[in-house]
Amino acid sequence: MSTATRSLPRTIGAHAILLTYTAIALFPVILVVMNSFKSRAGIFGAPLTPPTTKTFDLIGYTTVFGQGDFFHYFQNSLVVTVASLFFVLLFGAMAAFALSEYRFRGNTLMGLYLALGIMIPIRLGTVAILQLMVASGLVNTLTALILVYTAQGLPLAIFILSEFMRQVSSDLKNAGRIDGLSEYTIFFRLVLPLVRPAMATVAVFTMIPIWNDLWFPLILAPSEETKTVTLGAQLFLGQFVTNWNAILAALSLAILPVLILYVIFSRQLIRGITSGAVK
Amino acid sequence: MGSLKIENVKKAFGPVEVLKGIDLEVTDGEFVVFVGPSGCGKSTLLRVIAGLEDSTSGRVLIDGADVSVTPPAKRGIAMVFQTYALYPHLTVKNNMALGLKQAGTPAAEIERRIKIASAMLSLEPYLERRPAELSGGQRQRVAIGRAVVREPKLFLFDEPLSNLDAALRVNTRLEIAQLHRRLKATMIYVTHDQVEAMTLADKIVVLNAGRIEQIGSPMELYNAPANEFVAGFIGSPKMNFIDGARLGETAKTIGVRPEHLTVDTKSGAWKGTVVHAEHLGADTNLYLDCETAGLITVRIFGVYNAEPGSTLYATPDAAKTYRFGADGKVLK
Ligand SMILES: Nc1ncnc2c1ncn2[C@@H]1O[C@H](COP(=O)(O)OP(=O)(O)O)[C@@H](O)[C@H]1O
Ligand SMILES: [Mg+2]
Repeated sequence: MSTATRSLPRTIGAHAILLTYTAIALFPVILVVMNSFKSRAGIFGAPLTPPTTKTFDLIGYTTVFGQGDFFHYFQNSLVVTVASLFFVLLFGAMAAFALSEYRFRGNTLMGLYLALGIMIPIRLGTVAILQLMVASGLVNTLTALILVYTAQGLPLAIFILSEFMRQVSSDLKNAGRIDGLSEYTIFFRLVLPLVRPAMATVAVFTMIPIWNDLWFPLILAPSEETKTVTLGAQLFLGQFVTNWNAILAALSLAILPVLILYVIFSRQLIRGITSGAVK
Repeated sequence: MGSLKIENVKKAFGPVEVLKGIDLEVTDGEFVVFVGPSGCGKSTLLRVIAGLEDSTSGRVLIDGADVSVTPPAKRGIAMVFQTYALYPHLTVKNNMALGLKQAGTPAAEIERRIKIASAMLSLEPYLERRPAELSGGQRQRVAIGRAVVREPKLFLFDEPLSNLDAALRVNTRLEIAQLHRRLKATMIYVTHDQVEAMTLADKIVVLNAGRIEQIGSPMELYNAPANEFVAGFIGSPKMNFIDGARLGETAKTIGVRPEHLTVDTKSGAWKGTVVHAEHLGADTNLYLDCETAGLITVRIFGVYNAEPGSTLYATPDAAKTYRFGADGKVLK
């Protein structure tokens, strides 16, 4: 912003609003992380204060790592999230490319059909999905979760990506065709790099609901072998006693991987915007 | 080595017919310009020739062979686009090399061709740069270089100068003309700018609304336009069209070019008032509101001083006046 377009009261106002929003958004996260480092008495005695030398306690973390196979749950969550994300981005981008690039009978109808998934929640089909998984012997496998999450993520991915792909210069694609590039090369080497910011956006939108989901792990893969972190954390949530230390510690740990993935994608986002385009 | 024949090519996008039956023959080494207003189907025709778009019906023959089912890369063509369309992730050198690599050309040969092309287009200092680090004019030269290294039978240019500023446009136009002279290749060039068409073409194809209006050399089109559309499209400023009835003529419309009118302060055919005068130094454009002929443009060579509001008489050169019938065709 240049000095000419900057006014002090407005800058202060904008920052005040943004800072307030940041504080509100971060408050629960900070509360969880803070309390995860406190003893049980500390959590209930003064939930809003940071850990002091008296209340500081790692009992939550030792419980998490001692009890249950938390490292394994993490691995499951990560495998499911990354694999689903990969398939959503790959198939979503390919379908978006087909819809935006090729004229074929039923193109618009296909686009609408795929967009329908944005409006109809996939959970409505839970019973049918469960029957399907039972029939195909996929219950209690990570594959079941990956398949469901891929289906869940595709509609929005296709919707957003096809909009962006329409904006990629058709001259560039045609230049590739004249130079003898295959449609796959044009897609992977010319088009995908140019829609990278959109891919990053889709990745973030897709990743978070998958990582946080409790519903499908509970229904499709509740076995010890295939538990995800969110399901694993339920271990400490009893009907009569709840191990708050352990839950808070598990949740704090669960934030880390998404945070890392988010940082990776947002860097991609910025790099995509600043890379040299066609003109 | 590089002739083109188009037989009754039609192209429709859904119900919209964009090309309504195009017949054209281009001989080896010719520089042909497709000219016409925006949206008349020039690019579509070029894309059909390139194979980027299938025609709805009709045939395209390159060197006598029907290429209807030949993919673009195998047609022996090269294309230069308005938006340059350089590969953003590749250096200038690799941009030029990509097509040859795909075709399996030996590395030494690729190197040799890039060397010649980059010398021809003064691109040597930029070979290792990426498109983002080049100016618009340099990018378009790279795009031309990418076409040159393929040594195609047929060069296709789709408004290659439209994104350049005026000065660069003239330079690049000159370069393309020189390129044609040096390579003696067949070139097809699309533009909506009649000046580009007149200066570059051996043969101009005037298109309008998906049809060919006239084919001919620049001077043929200028001196003997077949119809009102061509007469109005070729020449700048545009030809004056005057309602025949107002002049007591039998023809529907009378056309006279601004440079074929003379003015006098005392007497002449059409009495009019000066509305506006444009002084360009080398010539002067006068806009006259005439009693009989309506608003006309007169182009006078050199400086001519005329105050807006003053009265002038304009006289058309009778030998260079065109008469058009009700169907827009020239009356003999
Ligand atoms: N892919 C397409 N789908 C539908 N209509 C198109 C397509 N490409 C071009 N057109 C239409 O065809 C007409 C001619 O386009 P074009 O050949 O690009 O014109 P020009 O290059 O002469 O300006 C335009 O009216 C345009 O809207
Ligand atoms: Mg065009």
